[in-house]
Amino acid sequence: MTNGWTDIANADVVLAMGGNPAENHPVGFRFVMEAKRNRNAKLVVVDPRYQRTAAVSDKFVQIRAGTDIAFLGGLINYALTHNRIQEDYVKLYTNATFLVKEGYAFDEKTGLFSGWNQDKKSYTDKSTWAYDIDAKTNFARVDETMQDPRCVLQIMKKFYARYTPAMVSSICGCTPEDFEKTAEIITSTYLPNKVGTILYALGWTHHSFSVQLIHAAAMLQLLLGNIGMPGGGLNALRGHSNIQGGTDCGMAYHNIPGYIAIQKADQSTFDDYLTAVRPKPLRPGVMNFMANYDRFVVSQYKAYYGKNATKENDFGFHLHPKLPVGAAPGTYQNWSWAYMFDHMYEGQMDGLFSFGMNPVSNGPHTRKAIAALGRLKWLVVAENFETETAAFWTAKVQWLNGGKPQDVKTEVFLLPAANFAEKDGSFTNSARWIAWKYKAIDPPGDAKPDQEIIARIFLKVRELYEKEGGQYPDPVKALNWWYTSPNKPALEEVAKEINGWAITDVMDEKDPKVVAVKAGDQLGKFLDARADGSTLSGNWLYIGSYTQAGNLTQRRNGSDPSGLGRYSEWAFNWPANRRVMYNRCSADANGNPWDPTRADIKWNGTKWVGDVPDYKPDSPPEAGMGAFIMNPEGVARLFVPGQFVEGPWTEHYEPMESPVQNPLHPEGQSSNPAAKPFKTQWDALGKPGEYPIVATTYRLTEHFHYWTKNNPYNVQEQPEFFVEIPEELAAEKGIKSAQNVRVTSARGSIVGKAMVTKRIKPMTIAGKKVYQIGMPIHWGFFGVGEQQGEIANLVTHSVVDPNSFAPEYKGFLVKLEKA
Amino acid sequence: MDVSRRAFFKTGIAGAVGITVFGFDAQPLLAQAGSLEISRSTETRSTCPYCAVGCGIIIHTLGDKSGNVKPAIFHIEGDADHPTNRGALCSKGITLKQDVVNDRRITSVKYRAPGSEQWEDKSWDFAIDRIAHLLKQARDERFITTDTQGHTVNALTSVGIIGGCTDTNEINYLLVKAFRAGLGIVPMEQQARI
Repeated sequence: MTNGWTDIANADVVLAMGGNPAENHPVGFRFVMEAKRNRNAKLVVVDPRYQRTAAVSDKFVQIRAGTDIAFLGGLINYALTHNRIQEDYVKLYTNATFLVKEGYAFDEKTGLFSGWNQDKKSYTDKSTWAYDIDAKTNFARVDETMQDPRCVLQIMKKFYARYTPAMVSSICGCTPEDFEKTAEIITSTYLPNKVGTILYALGWTHHSFSVQLIHAAAMLQLLLGNIGMPGGGLNALRGHSNIQGGTDCGMAYHNIPGYIAIQKADQSTFDDYLTAVRPKPLRPGVMNFMANYDRFVVSQYKAYYGKNATKENDFGFHLHPKLPVGAAPGTYQNWSWAYMFDHMYEGQMDGLFSFGMNPVSNGPHTRKAIAALGRLKWLVVAENFETETAAFWTAKVQWLNGGKPQDVKTEVFLLPAANFAEKDGSFTNSARWIAWKYKAIDPPGDAKPDQEIIARIFLKVRELYEKEGGQYPDPVKALNWWYTSPNKPALEEVAKEINGWAITDVMDEKDPKVVAVKAGDQLGKFLDARADGSTLSGNWLYIGSYTQAGNLTQRRNGSDPSGLGRYSEWAFNWPANRRVMYNRCSADANGNPWDPTRADIKWNGTKWVGDVPDYKPDSPPEAGMGAFIMNPEGVARLFVPGQFVEGPWTEHYEPMESPVQNPLHPEGQSSNPAAKPFKTQWDALGKPGEYPIVATTYRLTEHFHYWTKNNPYNVQEQPEFFVEIPEELAAEKGIKSAQNVRVTSARGSIVGKAMVTKRIKPMTIAGKKVYQIGMPIHWGFFGVGEQQGEIANLVTHSVVDPNSFAPEYKGFLVKLEKA
Repeated sequence: MDVSRRAFFKTGIAGAVGITVFGFDAQPLLAQAGSLEISRSTETRSTCPYCAVGCGIIIHTLGDKSGNVKPAIFHIEGDADHPTNRGALCSKGITLKQDVVNDRRITSVKYRAPGSEQWEDKSWDFAIDRIAHLLKQARDERFITTDTQGHTVNALTSVGIIGGCTDTNEINYLLVKAFRAGLGIVPMEQQARI
């Protein structure tokens, strides 16, 4: 979330799209209801199903799963053509004024951007997706009047002109009138004193075009002047207690902690790497904060390798692994989830550790996951309960692939792990609040906390390398395992290391005679970190969370002097305890809040006051530093130069399995040109002739993922798998509620109880009648009650978004019959 | 006047303001509270492990943390002081006790040999030793020091790690530190991708 849960209460308009917060984040949803009650805010819900968020909305529109980009493109077009954009904001804080490089083009007939190679069926030249750079200054050229036909705003207007209400209707299946009524409400926040927020979740990220979908939402919020404002922002409602923290701390193959890109094999020297992660400024006077990444990388290496990270060995640059290059020139190997399981199936992996993950159930394409696990030599699962993954070799699971336990050669360990109540440590919630939790009891029986499992395995491997030698033992030996109890590191000590401290005295950068941070003291702020090896910090983003003042994630001061739900002394909010990100945009060119009743920060003549400014605290407004300090251009990107693989603008592409050709370019590209299906026997895609129905998956309030099927209360509340079927479709097929039905895709089939409903209506898509159905996740083969047996991911496919590599669990094709 | 539950008991013990706060004499009630189960228990502040709203919870365990008492959870409820949930929990959060105290919990190390049809109970020492040997063997066999173009790689891609979103920041960091920075493992993923 750019903002936070408590901040939602400040909104005038709430758009819940790609999420169902009333059911999936029920306690956070209270702030939507507060905004409605106290501010008369309008709640708009756009979703494939009429769900419980829709039930309390002011306006609900049903759309076909997988068509959100068309709807958002329509909203962008509506705002631009009805002059409902906050023009001063757009000019100041976005790249609307920037000129785009000559040669950039988009072909409306084919639906493809310049640089497409028809023979290779890919973009082989993305050089035109760029700004027009002045060769003398190396800065991007701008047109402050925003009238130049090559400026971002004008190109944008032309690009989105195709997204008319009639086109939105044809793609999404809603009426043009419904679309326009919705657009009128949402774009009403273009006024400086009106603010709208967007709440989304996995309904947006589970598509083969998910990153561009979020890009579209960001463009809309920027045009309306809603980013950086209390009550505004673009808010991802994350689905697990610490999925935010896991991402922050580098649990992804492509990032090290703090969202710094991982080292690549073709970066031969440390300088090559630092050049790659430290962009050059694209406009004069901008902060370009990422220029500081050298401090954070060196401090991270010092945290990892301690004394063994020296200036002479580039602080351990070669001790740390690098991402190998890929088969095609200029590419790198992909080890994201779906690729990892594909590589596993292809025999490229020997072992897998799974800490609290259940890929047979929660990954895409259950049967492919089972087949892939069967090709491992060994599997280690640390868990609270026996899961479908730990027991993938049993007859209970193997029948799905026609296998038998005797044929599965994988050696499997199921390690009993402590759960949340049995250990301490911090979770980072969706609002980026890092909050400490305390241990209540010991784990049951022989169960152990994960820190002990990790430490003991690592130390045993290290011991073996010390005894026997082996392949490149250097980093194994060099790792700084300094903890007081090496076999069971105290998480307080780890939290101190994540924040980091001064190893030797850190000198003031303006006055080198003055000590800024004493040796041994915890770092207090980002720029306390140094690139000379005098500091260590495991994750720069968490600097400030554990300072000389103590562990600030334990703070419990519930006062809110701001009156805006900021709670600045409750826990710690990364970055730098800032509650609203990009908050420089909440004030105008002179530093005065657009809306004095919702001032996040303001300029008081000498400094910025209010929330922690997302800006240099003493830089006066007239210096024009640029509100987006992380971007080398200093402004937010509407047009995104070169970053996304399928183009600089968000275009609607059809899901990989779609009932229609793309109505925007029926003769041209239908699905995302950069999304590529895997090639194993499991990766079949269905055609609408055989599989005419659109299907989507979702969660229920009463269950959490695949855990609560072990809890009797939750199982009583929602005992079994069901399929939500529109009344008209049920009548056509002669299906009645509570009868068993079979849902079949090109990957497999599942049986569940029919739940015939008015909540999903038939739609007309590109002139064709289309039905969609919905299926909850949550069930499996291990749990209490008699309900167990069906996993929704038996029918989903594993094609992923080519930027985020998130699978398309939503908007795929099936057929339906009585079972 | 805002009276938190903690203050309620505190004033009860002080025996002071029953009537002024509640408009009736709460003394008998307050006296009774002294003999309730909760008086011999410990409150621990924690966070709900389900979605990312991050509701504050209070875990009530029997026992006062003295050495000869083995604590047992008897109740989990919302933390009324928490600014997000203010004491409320959803239909999952209110059943949290069953997530912790559940006879389906795994309480011993389980091992399944290749081709076997059943789990066997094993010791931690066996598991750690065997896993470490398998991991070292995998690393020694397929560790990439340089690629065909001569780049230094120093990476292991034949072993993967998935996990972390259910666990703390500190555990995530330890996974990254030990397995990526220490052992050179590149395939590290979590729920955020999926």
